[in-house]
Amino acid sequence: MMKLEKGIPIIDQHDANGYWGGKFGGNQIAESLNYPIEELTREFEKLRNDATFIAERDYYFKNFVGAPTPFIKLENLTKHLGGAQIYCKLVSKATGGAHKAYNAVVHSLICKRLGKTYIGGDTGAGYAGKMLSMAAAKFNLKCKIFMGAKDVERQSINVFSMRSYGAEVVPVNSGSQTLVDAVSECMRWWTSENEEAHMCVGSTVGPTIFVKICAWSTAQISREMKKQVMDEFGEVPKDMKLINCVGGGSSAAGFWNEWIDYDNIELIGVEAGGPEGSSKHAAPLTNDSRIGVLHGATQYVIQDDQGEIEETESISAGLDYPGVSPLHCFLKETGRARYTSASDEEALEAFQLVSKNEGFVSPSLEPSHAFAEAIKIAPKLSKDTIIVVDSCGDSAKDSKIIAERLGYKI
Amino acid sequence: MTSSSLIKSFERVKEDNRAALLTYTVGGDPDKKTSLNIFKSIAESGADIIECGLGHGANIGDGGAIQDSTYRALSGGIKTDDIFEIIEDFKKDYETDVIIMTYQNKIMAYGEEDFIKKCTSSKVSGIICVDWPWPLNLDFAKKCKENSIVFIQLLCPTTNEDRLKNILNDAHEVVYYISMLSTTGQKLKVSSDEIKKRFNLIKKISPDKKCIIGFGITADTINDFKDTDACVVGSALCKEITRSIDEELNPATNVGNMVSDLKQKLSS
Repeated sequence: MMKLEKGIPIIDQHDANGYWGGKFGGNQIAESLNYPIEELTREFEKLRNDATFIAERDYYFKNFVGAPTPFIKLENLTKHLGGAQIYCKLVSKATGGAHKAYNAVVHSLICKRLGKTYIGGDTGAGYAGKMLSMAAAKFNLKCKIFMGAKDVERQSINVFSMRSYGAEVVPVNSGSQTLVDAVSECMRWWTSENEEAHMCVGSTVGPTIFVKICAWSTAQISREMKKQVMDEFGEVPKDMKLINCVGGGSSAAGFWNEWIDYDNIELIGVEAGGPEGSSKHAAPLTNDSRIGVLHGATQYVIQDDQGEIEETESISAGLDYPGVSPLHCFLKETGRARYTSASDEEALEAFQLVSKNEGFVSPSLEPSHAFAEAIKIAPKLSKDTIIVVDSCGDSAKDSKIIAERLGYKI
Repeated sequence: MTSSSLIKSFERVKEDNRAALLTYTVGGDPDKKTSLNIFKSIAESGADIIECGLGHGANIGDGGAIQDSTYRALSGGIKTDDIFEIIEDFKKDYETDVIIMTYQNKIMAYGEEDFIKKCTSSKVSGIICVDWPWPLNLDFAKKCKENSIVFIQLLCPTTNEDRLKNILNDAHEVVYYISMLSTTGQKLKVSSDEIKKRFNLIKKISPDKKCIIGFGITADTINDFKDTDACVVGSALCKEITRSIDEELNPATNVGNMVSDLKQKLSS
């Protein structure tokens, strides 16, 4: 069985070839990407130990992204459900409405340090693209965003934002026209442009260095939350469960990062189960999908017996990805985290219940999956149990989809 | 032995004092029967080695023309075994060597050992795997070698000299030089002279290894490479298949004509 090491950041627990547990991740890339990936790896290792860079990162996290985001108790929801006390890390209050700003800022800063003036990235729900275009505008970088044509359609609000920030949005018409194709196209673009341009992978997926940079960036979530937990409880609660949705897995990686060594804290990842009764779920960890190579890394991936990536279906564009971060594959195999899924319907119900009870918290469809799990388990638990849900995105971008599903006209 | 057959092909070409012409088309595009006819036509039109794409939908190295071909093949239901069948049928009547070009997930899904076994039984001479770089590919390359299949290592303009030497040291008899940083089928953005400079460096380090040059080569530039070992034309042929289908013409005939023209330009 794979083992986690204590006292070593999870992003550094890979072997010389970039594999976590000797199996997940790696750099299965075309030779043309070997040099830029080596260059980026060298630069990142230098920067993460550079006090000036860290100070710069923290400055932008605090003043631009708005760190720390609130850590609040959901009193009404707790009362409504009975059982465990439910808290929420309101990451959706970060500028732009989701956790994607952390990775976008860090990649933009790295891009500048590399002496490059052009950055490109992929996006699914549109958050990663929106935050990257936002950061690119701030740091005077030319920006190109690859987005599946289907997502361009269903996440038009975020597309509008990206274009407002001056980014070129490229609709990707190949394959399923969703995130998986956007990432492929973005990697193809970088293969051609890597001498001039930097690539930002929007989640903890892709070749090892991109997994590391993204998780290092989103780790801000748990770093600030650790202080907030101590302020609230005076100690680390004995029985605490951290629930996060998992698509690529970037927000969960950041939400859990500081807590991995605490064995008494349960880590629960919730994948997209898709519409009830559908087999096109985007839940490779929950359903033990076959291990394969996608976007340069070995991972659990939804595929057919020919190694072709299968189409997934989820109400939530941000979770609609057939693969999953090597970090989560590793956390699953070590037994450190538990993964489950919630259906579209459960996520929608959770969205309504949370919004109705809490008002200030209105999760997007991605974290609504995490809330669905909290709603499921909270009533069975004692009041001494603390559940913290990462509300990593705001529902504004989903209003069209949600209204349609609930029969409202907007 | 299949491996020595590939080497023999290169030796024959060398005796003719010219570079080998390799073609790339996606196996099964647009269907099994037509694809086999395209291979036959390519062989009859003078190609020395056929590169057969085992397409992958989530590829990270193919340009638009090859993606279109891949999409046609996959949406037509082509499976890995179909590609092997096409090659096996082709090899019944033709001596021309066939190399498979693919992505790692296709090999993983088939099973490494089974994939090699099947390559042997269908007389595949070599394998190129775009997203399985050195040194991660060494175990698989060794298994290929044990089964007389040439695993073709990839090199590119930004492979630094140390890495180049290391890769060449581990490489089998044939390597592939990606002429420029791009996906397949883009306009050649470096000069032919620059490409030949890198080619010469590779030959200086490993004079005995045959080096295939690929990416961005078309009828306009192919003659520049007549003094090298070999070059590949792919996207132009895939585009010709697309055009033939769109205009309801015979893709095998048209691709064959294009190959004859390329062969003539490479040899003149």
